[in-house]
Amino acid sequence: MSKIVQRQKLGGRLFDLVNFVILTLVGLACLYPMIHVIAGSLSHPEDLMRHRGLLLWPKRLFTVGYDIVFSNPNIWLGYKNTLIYVGVGTLSRTFMTMLCAYILSRDDFMPKRILTLFIVLTMYIGGGMIPNYLLIYNLKLLNTRGAIIVPTLINTWNVIILRTAFQQSPKSLEESAKLDGGGDLTILFAILAPTNIAALVVVMLSSAVAEWNSWFPASIYLPLRKDLHPLQLYLREVLIEYSSNSTAGGQVLAADLGSLGALIDDVIRYATIVLATMPILVVYPFAQKYFVKGFMLGAVKG
Amino acid sequence: MLKQVSSKSFATRLKENFLRHKSLYLISIPVIVFYLVFRYLPIAGNVIAFQKYRPGLGVLGSKFVGWDNFKSFIHDPFAARTIKNTIIINLLQIVFGFPAPIILALLLNELRRPLYKRVLQTASYLPHFISMVVVAGMIKDFTASDGIITDLCVMFGMERQSMLGNVNLYRTIYIASGVWQGVGWGSILYLATISTADPALYEAAMIDGANRWQQMVHVTLPVILPIMVVQLILRLGSIMSEGSEKTLLLYSPLVYEKADIISTYEYRRGLIEMDFSYGAAVGLFNSFVNIILLVTVNRIARKLSNESLW
Repeated sequence: MSKIVQRQKLGGRLFDLVNFVILTLVGLACLYPMIHVIAGSLSHPEDLMRHRGLLLWPKRLFTVGYDIVFSNPNIWLGYKNTLIYVGVGTLSRTFMTMLCAYILSRDDFMPKRILTLFIVLTMYIGGGMIPNYLLIYNLKLLNTRGAIIVPTLINTWNVIILRTAFQQSPKSLEESAKLDGGGDLTILFAILAPTNIAALVVVMLSSAVAEWNSWFPASIYLPLRKDLHPLQLYLREVLIEYSSNSTAGGQVLAADLGSLGALIDDVIRYATIVLATMPILVVYPFAQKYFVKGFMLGAVKG
Repeated sequence: MLKQVSSKSFATRLKENFLRHKSLYLISIPVIVFYLVFRYLPIAGNVIAFQKYRPGLGVLGSKFVGWDNFKSFIHDPFAARTIKNTIIINLLQIVFGFPAPIILALLLNELRRPLYKRVLQTASYLPHFISMVVVAGMIKDFTASDGIITDLCVMFGMERQSMLGNVNLYRTIYIASGVWQGVGWGSILYLATISTADPALYEAAMIDGANRWQQMVHVTLPVILPIMVVQLILRLGSIMSEGSEKTLLLYSPLVYEKADIISTYEYRRGLIEMDFSYGAAVGLFNSFVNIILLVTVNRIARKLSNESLW
């Protein structure tokens, strides 16, 4: 008997060890690319070129890459535009999504069921790329900031999340507000919104991160207005298209570096990634519980 | 009292409801307008797939051509290629991407150090939050002829090359990076489900002499099985609709042969070459296949396991 127990214990320990090793490797694999990029962004181009294998720490500290990126006006323009889209988009989207979720959460609003069907149906069928583009064109929104903000004002997925939260709120507060003569809007703004801050944060954060990372709508809706392009489109030029135009601001500085000029592109790209991803890297570890919550609230809907 | 309410006509009740909740009705106006204009109008806009659409003439003025655009898509030499690529890439993605988060969740669940578990989870979410453009940029850099992944593959005997431009490596890179980006985030749902398992089940299994591996397979796995089925249905149902943004960032004419999918073809024909009607027809074809797939898969799932979306 004791032999079996002992063997089980040994087996359990071996299991734990193997599991520990596998999971550690998975964790490192998830983190490594970003570490590589950060270390690379601070490495001397010559050392970086000669370096083979894992890069965990800067090779010969070198910050000119960042100087060049900082001196490029295009990245700041992208930053500014992204901040506008994220700021205006998130606020207006959260507001509209909240209104929409509220009317769908009220059992005493008679058209509730038909309206819910009308809205949820759009999660399953959509217009497609071309008709959406032509709609933006026909509404004269093409090449305006409106093309980025207006078509996403209400996110159906977030409507479902907020509606669920509103429905699960205790009814007693609502009842007492009604007794005090508060109208439907009072209930929303004085009671439901303040008591569902967590769900609202979920909606705001997921909307903000999605907007920060979004590039495709801007690439088709803002073809002629480079000055309105968000950061991600600038990144696409630098990281995917290797456009020399995007690093133009740094070309002058790079020329001073002589032979380094040709080698420095990698470092510039890494530094650009770091600058563009830093806000997300700083926010997500602290905000992850809200994202997880939103993910679960959405999944529960089924 | 109740009887009195129900005896009133629908119109009367609606009128009373409206008078009592004017603000709710007021709110519903912008909501309805938004959905009509930005969600339903584009659906109706697909009528251009049956026209020879000219932007100057508009939908009403353009010539109606019936199924012509669909016929030309069927006879398009690239149609078969894009359809085949769409299906193969998405099936590969399911084969590798679907089990990965489940395995990760099972392993994380067995980890006996709560703090380390939380650190690992946070680390595994990171790729999900990085933008697709940056992910594609990193892939491009790491698989360039002097990239770190290329270095690694050269160590294992591969010839040094720019991997992303190699038509035979493209799909591997696409799928592997997809697993990397989605595995941690995908495990959340399974871990949450596992945490609802009844501890008594594990105690009973231990008394019966089940070791850790057996507990994982015979206790934990059945707990997440229903969720697994639903997730698989959802994923199978979206076979035709995913991947255009990532593909647009990663592919190049060098690898079109194995990379070009229906939605990227729709993009090139419709928006780059401005052949709107043709692009819309390709898109509509894609959505149509997608809906049939979703319904079929759902029916099969309901037959096999009583789990379904509707």
